[in-house]
Amino acid sequence: MSRQANRGTESKKMSSELFTLTYGALVTQLCKDYENDEDVNKQLDKILFSHFLPRGYNIGVRLIEDFLARSNVGRCHDFRETADVIAKVAFKMYLGITPSVTNWSPAGDEFSLILENNPLVDFVELPDNHSSLIYSNLLCGVLRGALEMVQMAVEAKFVQDTLKGDGVTEIRMRFIRRIEDNLPAGEE
Amino acid sequence: MADAALFEFLHTEMVAELGAHHSDPGPGVSAGVWGEKVGSGGGQKMSLSVLEGMGFRVGQALGERLPQETLAFREELDILKFLCRDLWVAVFQKQMDSLRTNHQGTYVLQDNSFPLLIRMASGLQYLEEAPKFLAFTCGLLRGTLCILGIKSLVTASVASLPTCKFQVVIQKT
Repeated sequence: MSRQANRGTESKKMSSELFTLTYGALVTQLCKDYENDEDVNKQLDKILFSHFLPRGYNIGVRLIEDFLARSNVGRCHDFRETADVIAKVAFKMYLGITPSVTNWSPAGDEFSLILENNPLVDFVELPDNHSSLIYSNLLCGVLRGALEMVQMAVEAKFVQDTLKGDGVTEIRMRFIRRIEDNLPAGEE
Repeated sequence: MADAALFEFLHTEMVAELGAHHSDPGPGVSAGVWGEKVGSGGGQKMSLSVLEGMGFRVGQALGERLPQETLAFREELDILKFLCRDLWVAVFQKQMDSLRTNHQGTYVLQDNSFPLLIRMASGLQYLEEAPKFLAFTCGLLRGTLCILGIKSLVTASVASLPTCKFQVVIQKT
């Protein structure tokens, strides 16, 4: 391989890790904030839950524009199509992995994304007593924010995590309702 | 593959936290990185130095992932050129626009359209906000230099968005 080609590959690898490295540094910083504080440790999961979700939501709200511009994906007709786009296009584009879509509910309003590893926490070592599910809430926020911008109210949560010793990482997505445009007052 | 966009949006959220208002946690309690309550034992608010510190760790991690042959630099200038070319392309998908030095351990790296400033209006309107968007990257440069065996001080200045200059001063031990 020529030196030029080597350089290109290395650059690509470095940039693909930049997000996960930065997120890892952020999580590590948060752990440091609490390592000496016993009182807060009990509240920690709740506190972090309440902070990562809205930040993730903000990211999702912007990310969807970027995604739609790059991917040329048309409007999804149902939740199944949405699931496929999330797994095969969006995850692939931003995190370089393709989760599998499984465990559909009979009503077709819930499914699971199964990942072999948790993509967000490659570079984070979590202290034993903290739930890793909470750190991954950023991703749940991203999914929620992005889908809300395309008129879907959903719930996303991690139900299994390899970081906790589970065999796989599983995100459960639930369709709540379609978000209709608001009607002017008096016409409801 | 994973996108610069995700990193940029996360970076924006981290910077936004600098200005976020959180209700006073009460006596004996301070605010943590994201404003949450922390007991008297620890906690520091999101600050420029916290951002710089996170950038430093990321810069070190990126530096550690370099293939061995790129680490066989002969001269200090080669290392700075590497930052301007390979590192900048890997992180920001473009090269640094200019590199100047006084050949006495001070380097000025100029980016005429720094991607983390691009989304803000050009010119002087957001000049006051600009340093917040540079702290992480200063740390990034400092961290990669550290892995390459160079101790440095990195600061940044903006005269007019989106152009910015990173000043690297090599620390002789």
